Amino acid sequence: MDIYLLEAIINGILLGGVLALLALGLNLIFGVIDVVWICYADIVMCGMYAIFFLYAQYHVPLPLAFLIAIIGIAALGILVHLFIIAPVLDSAPINQLLATGGLLFFLQSFATLLFGTDFRNIGVRLPVLEVATIYVSFARLIAFAVALIGAVALYVFLKRTYIGTAIRAISQDREIVGLMGVDQRRIYLVVSGIGGALAGLAACLLALQYDVHPFIGNTFGPVIFMICVLGGLGNMIGGFIAAFVISQIIAIGGYYSSTELSYVFAFTFFIVLMFIRPRGLFAP
Amino acid sequence: MNLNHVLWAVGLAILIALPFLAPPYFLHLVIQILIWAFIYTAWSLMGRFGFVSFGHGAFLGVGAYVPALLWNYYGLTPWLGIPLGVAGAVLLAIVVGYPCFRRRVVGHYFALVTLALSQVVLLSLVAARDITGGSLGFTQKAVGHSWYALQFPEKGYFYVIAVLLWLAGLAAWRSIDRGIGREALEAISEDEDAAAAVGIDVMRQKMRVTIVSAALTAVGGAIYGQYVMYLNPETVSGIAVSLQIVFAAIAGGVYSLLGPSVGSLLTLSLTEGLRVWFGTDYIGAANTIYGILLVLCIIFMPQGIVGSLQGMRRRGAIAKPLVTLDRQSATRRPSSAAQ
Repeated sequence: MDIYLLEAIINGILLGGVLALLALGLNLIFGVIDVVWICYADIVMCGMYAIFFLYAQYHVPLPLAFLIAIIGIAALGILVHLFIIAPVLDSAPINQLLATGGLLFFLQSFATLLFGTDFRNIGVRLPVLEVATIYVSFARLIAFAVALIGAVALYVFLKRTYIGTAIRAISQDREIVGLMGVDQRRIYLVVSGIGGALAGLAACLLALQYDVHPFIGNTFGPVIFMICVLGGLGNMIGGFIAAFVISQIIAIGGYYSSTELSYVFAFTFFIVLMFIRPRGLFAP
Repeated sequence: MNLNHVLWAVGLAILIALPFLAPPYFLHLVIQILIWAFIYTAWSLMGRFGFVSFGHGAFLGVGAYVPALLWNYYGLTPWLGIPLGVAGAVLLAIVVGYPCFRRRVVGHYFALVTLALSQVVLLSLVAARDITGGSLGFTQKAVGHSWYALQFPEKGYFYVIAVLLWLAGLAAWRSIDRGIGREALEAISEDEDAAAAVGIDVMRQKMRVTIVSAALTAVGGAIYGQYVMYLNPETVSGIAVSLQIVFAAIAGGVYSLLGPSVGSLLTLSLTEGLRVWFGTDYIGAANTIYGILLVLCIIFMPQGIVGSLQGMRRRGAIAKPLVTLDRQSATRRPSSAAQ
């Protein structure tokens, strides 16, 4: 096998880890609150800016900057729910989609207003590993590992804790759960917070690999939705697998043609699959 | 009723007088508002029935790029190029729309599939940078004043074209609003199975409205391209312009004839006004305010601006729900359908 192709495949798997993490957050919110945050990738962008300013501008130690970013974005998630989702919770699903779309506009333009359109890098250079003549970026390796740990932690939280059980119960039957003594509003806030925290975590991992600019959300956003839908909106394990399928298409497509075309392949694959399996790859 | 006629007459009089009175910059703004109003109206043909498409960026992009590319590379007149672009957009709408409707891809899923379609067109345009110029954009070969090339340096010509286009869009909206298809589509958007059970040809109705909407959007894209004489993949295709279309239409109101036009008027003059106000020192300030307004609009006026105003006016007159009133007025004066 071609060594560069192998490299592309490995990088694809590593990218898949971060995408899977993002898809998990979006899926959690969709599965429980039944709302698609179309601005999810832009919330990640906020986290990346936070890290950039904390670390590169104000010289806060990197781990602390990461921690602040995760907590801050979790808080942002809760605020988004309180101020934007909660008022439209009872209106048509499409209005909810559009409300978060308005937030997308807002976040992108506000970031442009505050920070300009420059590409900024936190300037952390992690080494590149060479394993048997294959180059693997250390940043991507860390991102992959942390994404997996995050996913497992979320899984354990949902399976083993009381509040996790309540969250899963809500996603199964919204009507009955209230009668069982679960406070829906509180669960929604917790879920939005976790969704935000996952976005913050993804921001930490992405800040190590990519420059941050106001429109970075447009690069990841559509891909994350695609992954969630492909896995079945709300189906976390499906989304997790779909993340790797899509990242492989992007990686291998990028190897044989250009980056843009590899995304074209991925989106086309997605559209065609939606016709074959309209409720996602892993729908029952 | 009479008041409505008077308002229409005044509006048309202003539109006719405008090119003689308004300074060129203002006229430029009005032309853009009218072209986008046409596009938003085309979108609302689908949007009002709950088929929220984020794929109109794709139709717009195909409609704009096909005639421009044919003109530059083959010297083909836009009079043939535009129909070819429209045909391309319709083909795209059929290829994606048919399986979507057949496989019952609705709601969130429909929105996201069409979003992917927009991205496919955007990324294809960028990827084919040898032909399209990629992200740098594409400029049509200018030949000065020419009917053959559909290029007019004077704003007046495009003003007339934009007005006619806009009126045609309103006519299309109204013909669907007044036609029998509307009842069918409303039934479908409420309950597809029930609609099919009472004998509505669900596929046919959905495809019809989708094709009309896509075709008109492509025409809008083509005229926009001919007017500004510069195309950029980001401004005529992809997620950004799709969201722009959806928002402006929803903000204006998709359930009323002039809703999308009001959406276009407000959003474009707001953007332009804020841009002038803040100057270029504060890039993004305009869109920041725009974003806030969008969120507020959707939370507090889900019917859109025109819809909410009409709702208020109607509640003042007769306390009846909006839809019922619309139907009554539709049956009361069927002859005025061609307005």
